[in-house]
Amino acid sequence: MPTFVYMTRCDGCGECVDICPSDIMHIDPVSRRAYNIEPNMCWECYSCVKACPQNAIDCRGYADFAPLGHSVRVRREEEKGTISWKIKFRDGREKNFVSPIRTTPWGSIKSPSDYEAPSPDALKTQELAHEPEALHVEALPALPPRKD
Amino acid sequence: MFTSNPFAELSAFIPPTVMQTYIVVMILMVAGGTLFDVFHKKSATYFFRAWRDSKAKATRRLGGTEMTSLAIRTAVVEVLTSGEFCKVRRRIAHLLTFYGFLAYIITTVIMVFSYPTPDTPTPAILPALWNIGALMVLVGGYWFWFFLRVDVAHEGNSPFRLMRADLFVVSLLVSVTLGLVWEFVQATGNTVSTNVFLALYILSTTLLFVSVPWSKFSHMFYKPAAAFQKRVEEANGSSNLPAPAESPKGEM
Repeated sequence: MPTFVYMTRCDGCGECVDICPSDIMHIDPVSRRAYNIEPNMCWECYSCVKACPQNAIDCRGYADFAPLGHSVRVRREEEKGTISWKIKFRDGREKNFVSPIRTTPWGSIKSPSDYEAPSPDALKTQELAHEPEALHVEALPALPPRKD
Repeated sequence: MFTSNPFAELSAFIPPTVMQTYIVVMILMVAGGTLFDVFHKKSATYFFRAWRDSKAKATRRLGGTEMTSLAIRTAVVEVLTSGEFCKVRRRIAHLLTFYGFLAYIITTVIMVFSYPTPDTPTPAILPALWNIGALMVLVGGYWFWFFLRVDVAHEGNSPFRLMRADLFVVSLLVSVTLGLVWEFVQATGNTVSTNVFLALYILSTTLLFVSVPWSKFSHMFYKPAAAFQKRVEEANGSSNLPAPAESPKGEM
């Protein structure tokens, strides 16, 4: 089910624009609110649904095969580290799911650029991640070919 | 300059009745434009339909006291303190623009209607508030425009790329900027420049108030209504949002 935005609830903060891996969440040029520009290209990862601080984004099935009248809503609670889903069926049934989203406090993970520059030896390991800019180095060294 | 009424000095060229009539016409344009916007977009129809749906799905009835309490909380949190914004910088910019615009507009009306000529000396506080309000609009507005606007901060567009959603904020910033420039030029005594900037000021101010049906000006009326509806839905149990994590309802 692709996502859609309740325009009256969106405050145009841009969180969904940043997080969408398909780059299909954009800002409407008339209302300056977010909208899904291409629902049929939505991966249905629901990153935008979970990231929206206003709970302004929902999921909706395609009208040609999914029955209308249902709803899928989500509430992310950063301070509790939980995400809750409420699914309402057309016949009135309701299902609720609560899942943990992380085991460490929100905002406690440092970004790569918050660490000091790695040592020259560390730069040569296969475990190194991130681009040079985030590692505070000008360029990564070229590694010699492996001799297996 | 900051303590003299610029409209009183203007009365030497433009009769006070003309200035007063202009303000009344602008108020009517805002009221008419908002009504046209409401009917044209059918936002009132949508609002009342959502209101009826919410009442039908309600799991509990709200009394008059509870509704009043929700209305007061909406006024205090969403309207007076811009509590809807999830980002602090946007909230501060909005508060600066909101209160600056209120101070600027209210003092304009008071000065034009109560102290229209130099014969009725204007208390220094009024032009001072007019200038402070205008500066608050400019600080909040330009901060938003160049740095906080979602098109710039998240879409990565140039701050100079214009679209229809910008009509309100652009006309507001241009109008207030030209108002201050006109006041400054008027204080220097250059008649030609004063007339040129006065004409530009009137033009941009007219655009601000006449463009209501196409701009986001009317958000100041429908956003509080939407915020109130959201609070009512949460209170009467008709909201589809999951309950907070400690108290999930339904099948688990």
